[in-house]
Amino acid sequence: MNNPIEGLNKVFESRIKLGVMSILLVNEWVDYNALKEYLEVTDGNLASHLKGLESRKFIEVRKQFVGRKPLTTYRCTPGGKKAFKLHLAALENLIKNKP
Amino acid sequence: MENSEKHLQDIAEIKQMMERSSRFISLSGWSGISAGSFALLGAFAAYRLMRSSTGPSLDSYLVIDAIIVLILALSSSIYFSWRKARKQGATLWSPVTRKLLLNMAIPLVTGGIYCAIMFWQDQLHLIAGCTLIFYGLALVNAGRFTNKEAVILGIAEIILGIAASIWYAYSFWIWGIGFGLFHILYGITLYSKYDRPKTHE
Repeated sequence: MNNPIEGLNKVFESRIKLGVMSILLVNEWVDYNALKEYLEVTDGNLASHLKGLESRKFIEVRKQFVGRKPLTTYRCTPGGKKAFKLHLAALENLIKNKP
Repeated sequence: MENSEKHLQDIAEIKQMMERSSRFISLSGWSGISAGSFALLGAFAAYRLMRSSTGPSLDSYLVIDAIIVLILALSSSIYFSWRKARKQGATLWSPVTRKLLLNMAIPLVTGGIYCAIMFWQDQLHLIAGCTLIFYGLALVNAGRFTNKEAVILGIAEIILGIAASIWYAYSFWIWGIGFGLFHILYGITLYSKYDRPKTHE
């Protein structure tokens, strides 16, 4: 029997990173303020988690200007999708095979 | 087994975030029930008006009646949804809400303009069917961002709208079924499926 813990990804142990990935899995480009609103977190907190995901190439960032206001949007990369789906499958497995 | 407890919480969080970010889930069953009831009351008032008065003043009475119904139905739906959103700990004015409204607005505004044109061209007998058809299209369009029952309601409204245009002698009654009865049924379905406190084991 294969070990279900294998697929679990340490990165997604953080609730906020988990939430960001969940949102980006079902939406194309989502802007920073929308993420903040859904997750109900503070600026500094969210920014550092987003940087963490970006440095692992799980998400990509796009910076634009709308009028004079900067707009930062995020999208899940194919690699990020794959990693997150593996993590989700592992979680499900763990619960199904609960002794 | 505090670990599997955390895994369960993680999955619940994932599910909640996916839903909250992609679907408008705060529409309350009571919104449908109240909107449908106001539509029926409005139709009843219109029926009384049509029996008691005639001529150009009747048209303006009917327009006023329709506007009052629209305001009451909209504000009560918004109120019940706002209440549900507060209970869910979510905000009503989210990016999903904006997407939902934009997708509804395109068919609704088109339909509104088209109905106004019919009014000016004295095609009054086709207006009831026209409102049903465009409202149905708006619901089908909005279905991607909310519950699938909205799509079913939308298709039902479109069919009624076509029927009301063919048998326009009965369009008043068909309108009452579409905006009154069907909204109430939709509200009851939403309530029993999503709102009613579930009895968990």
